[in-house]
This record gives sequence, structure tokens and C-alpha cells, in this order.
Amino acid sequence: MNILNEMRLTVDSRSVNESYVRVAVSAFAAQLDPTVEEISDLKTALSEAVTNCIVHAYPESVGRIHIITQLFDSGLVRVKIRDRGCGIPDVKQAREPLWSSLGGERAGLGFAVMESFCDKIRVYSNAGRGTVITLEKTIQGRGQ
Amino acid sequence: MLPEIIITPISVTAMLRGEIDHHSAAAMRAAIDDALRSQRPSLLRLDFSGVTFIDSSAIGLVMGRYRLTKEHGGRVQVCNLNERFYRMMRMAGLEKLAQLSLKELRMNG
Repeated sequence: MNILNEMRLTVDSRSVNESYVRVAVSAFAAQLDPTVEEISDLKTALSEAVTNCIVHAYPESVGRIHIITQLFDSGLVRVKIRDRGCGIPDVKQAREPLWSSLGGERAGLGFAVMESFCDKIRVYSNAGRGTVITLEKTIQGRGQ
Repeated sequence: MLPEIIITPISVTAMLRGEIDHHSAAAMRAAIDDALRSQRPSLLRLDFSGVTFIDSSAIGLVMGRYRLTKEHGGRVQVCNLNERFYRMMRMAGLEKLAQLSLKELRMNG
């Protein structure tokens, strides 16, 4: 499996950037000729990861969110979303559907949505130092 | 994008538009809640016909409006969902809180 292309994007953790990140990453991944459904899956999962950074990682301040998107010749898209925020104290609990540390308007479905729309997700978090979420999805493409 | 709000003596309908994410949901929520508090309708209808994208923030939006509508004994309908949005809402168990319906197709003639 060889890497075809890579794109790095850094944005402030402002909610107005959620839609920008979705558009930028999906435009980049369009090189793999994905179906509309595949692009929607990627956008939805990415939206959850970026929202987590804004809502949870930097709750009281504006920090940076780094997004690395890699495209592989196998059709794999790998997106790493990294923050230097507060970290997740209990990743297992955070990944449980309907669990939210905030409650209220947050449904507690961020990780469940990422899992259902990607082939694989990895979460690496260090309390007080930040979180890296890796989303992987293989694009079958419109040609098949 | 702010939803158009349609009020009748018994219902409030919010015509949601554009993308619903954590950013855009905040303004939508405020507009719907203003109408809910002033009208206390027996039916709140959230119409998704103009919506192009949702993440779990849309699910939170429905849950929160359900809680507010239930306070005065009203019910919630979520209509004109495309198949993708319908699937996500079913996955979240929203059909227990609100009546969910798919987009209606118009036939010519």
C-alpha cells in the first residue's frame, strides 16, 4: 500500500471552521473518485471528530486543530485529527453511545457515528496533553 | 441558515435548511425555542426537506426540542428525512421520542 498524496490543515478550534474542514478534506479525497455516499460518510465522521476538539478539548479557549489527510493507492483515506487540549480521561467511557460529559444538547453519539461511518477508528489520548483520533475509510469509488 | 417558522393555532413547523452541525445548530435551536416558548404548541414539526448535511448535533437538536415540547404536553414529528438522516436518527433511537418520516416524493400528473 503506497501513499499517493497528503494534505495538512491547521485551523483554530472555532465552530465556524467545522464546515470548512469537511469541505477541504472531502475535496482533497475526491481524487479517489468516491461515491456521494462515501464522501458523506467521511464528512459526517470528520465533523464529529472536529466538533469534539472544539467542544471538549478546548472548552474555555481557542486552540489549534491539526488535520492530516492521507490517500493511498488501495483507496484508503486516513484522516488524523490532533489537538493539544485537555485529553479524554476515560476513552472507553467516552466511546460509549449516549454517554456525554456535557449532556444537554450533546447527544453523546460522536464516537458511535464515527464508528458507524468509518471502517476503523483509533483514539489515543493523554490527559492534559491532547488527543489524536485516526479515521480510516476505504473508498470503493464510482468506477466499481 | 435560520429556519423558517410556520405557526398555526395548534402547531409550530420549523423548515430547517442547509447543514446542521454543532455550529449551525445553535442559531436554529434559539429560533425554534423562541417559537416553542411563546406558542406552546401541541405539535412541533421539524421539516428536514431543505437540509443537506447532518451530524450528531442534529440528533441533539431533536432530543432537546423533544424535551422542551414534552414539558407542556406536546409531541414532535420529524419529517422529510432522506434515507441517510432517517438511518442516523433510528440509530440514535429517536423513533422512541418523535414520529420520524421519510421524504415524500411528488409524482407528476
